[in-house]
Amino acid sequence: MQRLDIEQQIRSFVTDSFLFGQPIDLQSTDSLLAKGVIDSTGVLELVSFLESTYAIKIKDEDIIPENLDSIHDISEFVFRKLGCLV
Amino acid sequence: MCGIAGLLKMDGSPANRDLAQRMISTLRHRGPDDCGVHIDGPVGLSHARLSIIDLAGGAQPMSSVDGRLCITFNGEIFNFIELREELLARGHRFSTKSDTEVILNAYREFGEDCVHHFNGQWAFAIWDAHDRRLFLARDRMGIRPLYYTRRGESFFFASEVKALFACPEIPREIDLQGLDQIFTFWVTLPPKTAFRGVSQLPPGCCMTVVKGDFRVRQYWSLSYDEDDRLRSVPEDRLAGELLSLLEDATRIRLRADVPVGAYLSGGIDSTVTAALAKNIVHERLRTFSITFEDTEFDEQPYQREASAFLGTQHSNVSCSCSDIARIFPEVIRHTEQPIIRTAPAPMYLLSKLVRDNGYKVVLTGEGADEILGGYDIFKEAKIRAFWARHPDSQWRPLLLRRLYPYMENIQRQPAAYLRHFFRVTPEDLTNPFFSHLPRWDLTAKLKLLLSEDARKTLRGYDSLAELQAQLPPSFAQWTYFGRAEHLEEKYLMPGYILSSQGDRMAMAHSVEGRYPFLDYRVVQFAAKLPAHLKMKALDQKHLLKVAVRGKIPDSILRRPKQPYRAPDGKCFLGAAVVDYAEEMLSRESLRNNGLFDPRAVGIMVDKFTSNRATGVKDNMALIGVLSTQLLVHQFIHSSAEDLTPCSDSILSNKSAVS
Repeated sequence: MQRLDIEQQIRSFVTDSFLFGQPIDLQSTDSLLAKGVIDSTGVLELVSFLESTYAIKIKDEDIIPENLDSIHDISEFVFRKLGCLV
Repeated sequence: MCGIAGLLKMDGSPANRDLAQRMISTLRHRGPDDCGVHIDGPVGLSHARLSIIDLAGGAQPMSSVDGRLCITFNGEIFNFIELREELLARGHRFSTKSDTEVILNAYREFGEDCVHHFNGQWAFAIWDAHDRRLFLARDRMGIRPLYYTRRGESFFFASEVKALFACPEIPREIDLQGLDQIFTFWVTLPPKTAFRGVSQLPPGCCMTVVKGDFRVRQYWSLSYDEDDRLRSVPEDRLAGELLSLLEDATRIRLRADVPVGAYLSGGIDSTVTAALAKNIVHERLRTFSITFEDTEFDEQPYQREASAFLGTQHSNVSCSCSDIARIFPEVIRHTEQPIIRTAPAPMYLLSKLVRDNGYKVVLTGEGADEILGGYDIFKEAKIRAFWARHPDSQWRPLLLRRLYPYMENIQRQPAAYLRHFFRVTPEDLTNPFFSHLPRWDLTAKLKLLLSEDARKTLRGYDSLAELQAQLPPSFAQWTYFGRAEHLEEKYLMPGYILSSQGDRMAMAHSVEGRYPFLDYRVVQFAAKLPAHLKMKALDQKHLLKVAVRGKIPDSILRRPKQPYRAPDGKCFLGAAVVDYAEEMLSRESLRNNGLFDPRAVGIMVDKFTSNRATGVKDNMALIGVLSTQLLVHQFIHSSAEDLTPCSDSILSNKSAVS
C-alpha cells in the first residue's frame, strides 16, 4: 500500500467522521486537537478504524497525541505498524 | 395554568374576535377546562383555562370591578393570599377568591411595579382601557412562556408560537441566527426565537405597548456577588436558613383547589421537594416517575427507595427507544424549537401519566442544579480552574476522570487525550465563557451540517459576540463559578430546561409544574452563597445535602450525580429505521427545506445506519437535524388548522401503580 493512499484514506475518515464530510482547511500536519477536529470520543473511533482497516493492533501506550495528532502523524504511525519503511 | 393570547390594533381599528378565537383554539392543551375571549375596541384578549384556584370564580379574561382593566393570565401567584389581605387593607375590593384578581388590584395599586410583589410563575397581559395601554409581564426565572410579534399596525402575543401562526398575516420562517444559537448554546438568546420575526419576552422582563410603540424593561435580575459576611457564618446555620426558605417555598406552592402531586426522579432534588411537601400536607403524597428500559438511563431502584422512605403512592411510566421515536414529532410540535437531545420526550410521557391519574399540578425539583451547584459543568470548570493554576501538573487533570463516571467513552479515554480535550491555560481563566467553551465548541460543530446557502447568510454572524454583548456589567467581577451559574440560570434553564423539558412537555397534557427551588427568595439566597458551600471540594450541592440530612434516604444523598438523560440517535436509526426519520433526513426533504447540506447529513446518517461507533456530537447532530426538519414540516409548511392540538390517544398507556 502506498503511503499517499494511506494518507488519503485517513483524510477521508477524519473528514467524514469528525467533520461530516465538509472540506475545511486542514493541512496534513495540522494538529487535530488544536483545530478542534477530534472530540473526546473521536480518538477511540480513530483507533478502531485504524485497527479494522489496516489489521493492526494498537496498544494503550500508543494512544498518545505524538502518534495520532495529525493526518501526517497517523499515516506515519500506520506505516510503522505495518512494518513499512518511512 | 393556562394558555393566553391576544392582539392589539395599534392604529385603533377594532380587533377581530374571530382571530382572537382562532389564536386561543391552538392552545386548548394548555387550558382544556374553559375558554374565553374579551374584545374591547382595538384589543382582543383570549384565554384557555386550566382550573386550579377558585374553580368557580376564576374565569378569564377577567375585568376589574370598575371595568377599567382586563387581564389574561397564565400561571400562579403563590403569595396571593397575603397580597389579597394587603390590598384589602389598602381599600381594594374583590369579587372572587382567585389570584387573577389579586394581579388586577396589585396593578391598580402599584402600577408596573406590581411584579415586584409577586412570588410565582406567570405570563400575563393587562389592558388598561382608560390609558389605552397594554402591559405584559413574565416571571423572574422564565417559568411561563410569552411570545410576541408585530405585523404592520397589529401587535400579537401568546403563550406559544403556534397561536401567533394562527394569524394568516404572520410570516413563518426559520431564523437562521436563532438556529446558529441553538447549534451553539442549545437555546436561543432571548428575545430571539427559532422563528424570524417572533420574539419572546425575556425572563424577568415586562413590556408596555402604547400609542403604536412598545418598550421592554428588565425589572429583575440575579447578581452573583458573593456576600463575604456569609464566609464567617457556620455552615449549619446557613443550611438551616436554606431549609426554612425551601419549606416556605414548598408550602405556598401547595396552594391549590385541586390535589398536588410530585415528580420523583430518584435524584436528590425531587426527593427533597417530595419530602418537604409530604411533611406539609400530612397525607399520602402522590408521586410519579419515568423508568427506562435501557439500564444506562434508568433510576428505578432509587425511585422505589425514595417512595418507600417517604411513604408515597407512586406510579411510573416506562420509556423505550420506540416510545421516543413514536412521540418525537408531537414533542417537537410542543417544544416549538429545534432540540439536540431527546430528553424532553420522556417528560411528555410523564405528564401524560400524571394527567391520566387525575392530577393537574406537580411539584418538581428543577432549578436546584442551577442555583446550588449541582451541574457537572460547574465541576468541570472547577477542575479546569484548579489545573490552570498549575498547567504542568500531571495529576491535576486526572481529576477529570471523576467528572463523568457515567460516560464510558470519557472513562476509556487515554490520559494524554483527556488532558488535551480539557486543555486549559491560566489565560483561559480570564475568558468570560471559560466554563462553557468546551460544551459550546463541541456543539458548534453541528453548524458544519448547514447548507451552503445557510452558511452564506450567516457569514459574519458571531453568536458568542451577541451573547457577550448581553452580559451584565458586573459579570466580569464574578468568580468563574458565578459566571457559569449565570450562563446556566439565564439561558439554558429558561430556554431549554424550563421550556422544552418543562412547561411544554407538562402543558402538552394540561399539567402545571411548580418549582420550589425557583422561589425567588431561595434563588437570591443561593446566589449570595460562597461557591465553596455549593460545591465543597467536588461535592455537588453540598449545602443542600447538609440541609436535608435525615429528611431523605442517605443512599440518595450519597449517590453519584446522574444527570437526567435519554437514549438519542439509536431511537431513530437503530436496528430499525423510523419511517418519518428516513423521510425527514432524505436528500429531497433536506434540499426542499434548504437549511442543511444533504451530503453532510448523509455522511452523518450513514455512521448510524452502518452501525459504526457514534459519539456525543453525532447524536446531537442527528437529533438537531431531525428536530429542525420536523419543526419546518409542522410549522412552516403546515396550515393554521394543522397547528391545533391533535388527540393524545396515540399514546399507549404503559403506566403501573405500585
